[in-house]
Amino acid sequence: MFDWLMWFTRMDNSKPLALILFFGAFCGILIYVFADKRRAQRLESYKYIPLDDDNDRRQSEPRPAQLHSQSRKVMDNE
Amino acid sequence: MSQSSALPAEQYNYSIVRRFTIMAMVWAVLGMCVGVYLASELAWPFLNFDIPQLTFGRLRPTHTTMVIFGFGGSALFATSYYIVQRTSQARLAFPWLAEFTFWGWTGGVALGVLSYVFGITQGREYAEFEWPLDIAITLVWVSYFAVYVETLRRRNQPHIYVANWFYLAFIVAVALLHIFNNLAVPVSLTKSYSLFAGVQDAMTQWWYGHNAVGFFLTAAFLGMMYYFVPKQAGRPVYSYRLSIIHFWALIFLYMWAGGHHLHWTSLPDWVSTLAATFSVILLMPSWGGMINGIMTLSGAWDKLRSDPVLLFLITSLSFYGMSTFEGPLMSLKSVNALSHYTDWTVGHVHSGALGWVALVSFGSFYHLIPRLWDRKMYSDTLIYVHFWLATIGIVLYITSLWVAGIGQGLMLRSFDDYGNLAYTFIETVEFMHTPYVWRALGGAFFVAGTLVMVYNMAMTIARRQAAAETQLSAQPAHA
Repeated sequence: MFDWLMWFTRMDNSKPLALILFFGAFCGILIYVFADKRRAQRLESYKYIPLDDDNDRRQSEPRPAQLHSQSRKVMDNE
Repeated sequence: MSQSSALPAEQYNYSIVRRFTIMAMVWAVLGMCVGVYLASELAWPFLNFDIPQLTFGRLRPTHTTMVIFGFGGSALFATSYYIVQRTSQARLAFPWLAEFTFWGWTGGVALGVLSYVFGITQGREYAEFEWPLDIAITLVWVSYFAVYVETLRRRNQPHIYVANWFYLAFIVAVALLHIFNNLAVPVSLTKSYSLFAGVQDAMTQWWYGHNAVGFFLTAAFLGMMYYFVPKQAGRPVYSYRLSIIHFWALIFLYMWAGGHHLHWTSLPDWVSTLAATFSVILLMPSWGGMINGIMTLSGAWDKLRSDPVLLFLITSLSFYGMSTFEGPLMSLKSVNALSHYTDWTVGHVHSGALGWVALVSFGSFYHLIPRLWDRKMYSDTLIYVHFWLATIGIVLYITSLWVAGIGQGLMLRSFDDYGNLAYTFIETVEFMHTPYVWRALGGAFFVAGTLVMVYNMAMTIARRQAAAETQLSAQPAHA
């Protein structure tokens, strides 16, 4: 019943199959990432995430008084 | 599109990040000091004083464990907990479990180091912990995974930033490697035997060993790079799409490369060739990632003149590029025939470990410390001093071991006209004495730089404490 699985145990078969699968996957990723212009724009927009991560903090009101509230706050663009 | 709903800094859990940062520096000092002592023992063997606990065999895993898992591991915990919160704009999930990862990891490394000094070891390189510690570390790692994934699940940012992909791949891959490499039959509380034997044992060991380099010392630190280089430069990473290709190519290729540690052994030749092939292909994603990181500064190279933290980060990427060129070169069978079993390998490892891993960690910490303790660094000049001490140290270290390694390799392969070996083994040892002295000196430079950083960091924290105390004493006067 499972004799067909034996086909995969032969290196002559499994090596080219692995090559097709993995190289195909790699080409698929390349096409996904670079082919569509709108997708490319969307993907590139994600690179701003680290720079966005304290936008609100800069715009927010001064923090409530705390022990270190008078110390100079180091902002992320310094 | 990315969106920002960043939380105020107070809403992030920085306490755990601070603790891991401090412990990383503690392990760095301890581990690197032991490293310099070991380097000195190799140059001046009397330094083991015939004390078993001080011999090279026991101190060597102590050194590697403290620097890789103590320093590197704590740096990764600290930065990953920071980055996952900042890029997800969510507070760290399961704070009690994160606490457990701190105490579990720190305690595990400490107990492991003590066990090696007293001769308790599995004898598996970079995985010397005996089975009770292996199980404890597995629990810590599963907790780490739970904290990380749950924080990502609770994110307020729709997209998972690429740095988190690298960290997540590191967490998953290290779990896989740790469990399979440490499968063993315990015979007592302090002794076990590997489930594997012969060449399978060697293959499993180096599948683990090389992927420990690939996922622990590379992928995770690339996650660090993808966050801290853009942050410190104040500009986004050069190409986000390149980072995606970098991620998938690196993750796929690394898993196959471990066999190149076993060239010219009883490992089947096709496995050896396959490993070398993948190692050579690995050059492409490695350099793609390096270029992506360095080109982040495109158009703003002048920042390197005024920002010592960027110097650390960009120099680390240069060393990353250099060691990922040297690695594939050494994986070629013909080159490996010369380099293997010589100090060239040790030099290569340290160009990656000191030049890439340590420098990118120091650079990231210099970015982190002012934000974690709400104070500017105590001294920018000391950051420059640290940078130059570290860089000179690395250059001395790797060049001396190129001389030692390539020289020894050539001597061991030299034959006279009659086909006899031209040099005895002890002649190669004599030849290596001078490079070994320079290597110890290079290591001492690097440790000196680390001590400068610890001083700078301690003064930064102390100034913050002093400011807090001044404020506390001023408050009743206003009341």
